[in-house]
Amino acid sequence: MPKVTYFAPDGTETTLEARVGDSVMDIAVKNGVKGIVAECGGSCSCATCHVYVDEAFLDKVGEAGPLEDDMLDGTASERKASSRLSCQIKMSDALDGLTVTIAPEQV
Amino acid sequence: MTEHILIIGGGQAGMQIAVTLREEGFAGTVTIVGEENHGPYQRPPLSKAYLAGEADAETLELRTPQFYVDNNIVVIPSEKVVSVAWGAEHGVAVTETGRELPFTQLALATGSSPKLLTCEGADLEGVLSMRGLDDADALKAQWDSISNIVVIGGGFIGLEVAAVARKYGKNVTVVHSRDRLMSRAVGPVTSDYFLDAHTTRGVTVVLSAKVTKLHGTDGHVTGVELADGTVLPADAVMVGIGVVPRSELAQQLGLEIQNGAIVVDEHARTSDPRVVACGDVAILPHPLTGDGMVMLESVQNAVDQSKVAAQTLLGREVEYHAVPWFWSDQAELKLQMAGLSQGFDQQVIRGNLADDKFSVLYYREGRIVAVDAVNDVSDYMAVRRALTAGQNIPADLAADSSVALKTIFTD
Repeated sequence: MPKVTYFAPDGTETTLEARVGDSVMDIAVKNGVKGIVAECGGSCSCATCHVYVDEAFLDKVGEAGPLEDDMLDGTASERKASSRLSCQIKMSDALDGLTVTIAPEQV
Repeated sequence: MTEHILIIGGGQAGMQIAVTLREEGFAGTVTIVGEENHGPYQRPPLSKAYLAGEADAETLELRTPQFYVDNNIVVIPSEKVVSVAWGAEHGVAVTETGRELPFTQLALATGSSPKLLTCEGADLEGVLSMRGLDDADALKAQWDSISNIVVIGGGFIGLEVAAVARKYGKNVTVVHSRDRLMSRAVGPVTSDYFLDAHTTRGVTVVLSAKVTKLHGTDGHVTGVELADGTVLPADAVMVGIGVVPRSELAQQLGLEIQNGAIVVDEHARTSDPRVVACGDVAILPHPLTGDGMVMLESVQNAVDQSKVAAQTLLGREVEYHAVPWFWSDQAELKLQMAGLSQGFDQQVIRGNLADDKFSVLYYREGRIVAVDAVNDVSDYMAVRRALTAGQNIPADLAADSSVALKTIFTD
């Protein structure tokens, strides 16, 4: 199973095994990683699962789709070039070792 | 007895109370008891991605089983609480298996159940509703044998199921009792747009219709008869005509009830200060204006009100003022709503309906109160932010669709 690592705003590091096809948001929420709120449950409707993707993985993760792109304009924390909504990143073997930093403000 | 909080109801709200209690450091016992044969899971995808085969039951889990173990939250599935009462020092709930669950404080997150048809034929096989995983599975089990499906009720769930069924090539008819779709939740412009959108995609929509009888053969539904005598052929009937709060236990406790729902204050407290209630089962003061009582059957309310309920159980005075928001995915259209538009006296339409990307802003006495947005995330997010911050978006400025709403906030 591919692994994904989360850095919380306070520096706490959590590494979890991912089921292929589950989103980076799903995996965090189900395992109780704090800081990812994800109120809408992954339908790209709330912008409360904002993460910054590690530079090394930016190309593999790809760019935000048009709806997500608009949602990212409304996030509570600063939008950066590496900003993504973690509900829209589906885990695959190619993303094994993915590292994301959870945005400090979500709501 | 040591502190023991019992949460009756294993849905989104029940789970959220337990999680917040632990996040806030509650050290006593926390038990969630629910009658469904599953741990807490997400309901919204049932009529969307799950029905469409894009998500499985494991995807819908709200937390892993291990999470509850790690957080010392006892989850008891598949047991229905049949009675609850206070003793001299603590209360006891009893499940239908006879199990006794003692508590010092109680949270009622019992949710709602689908309103059922009362006409002749309502109990035929093939007449379904959409509330839980089992309901969605029942529909999926019949899916391949369905050519004609009649959806009774043109609200979110009905229209979501209609959109998925149409995508799979079924003949779909939506029968709605009101003169416009989703009439409780969105304004007329949005209703009319979705009527066109579904009709264009091949769904037949019958408005202002009354179902008088379901026809059947060998115990299975075959048709839906309307008051004008029309009989719509149906291999399956999906009933989505609203929900009924499950307040039976609250009634046993003598709690105040209104419209069948448990009356709570802005702290999610019931008329008994030892009992909180939240989610679909509660009727609450309007969270933004405090003016009048509202029922908010949504994930947002289940989550946010439950957080407040948990704080109340911990003896803290937190008030519930979250901005209500909702969403619905129908075909490739993303409908997002924030605020409550009821009673609006002015509206501003931004963008073009013909482009399938627009928003409708609702005003009361010159102040923004709500938005319906279709494929327009920017406007949805902007209005949600303005409402959260207590700011206004002047209607005259918003009328220029080229202006980004977030640049014109005022006090």
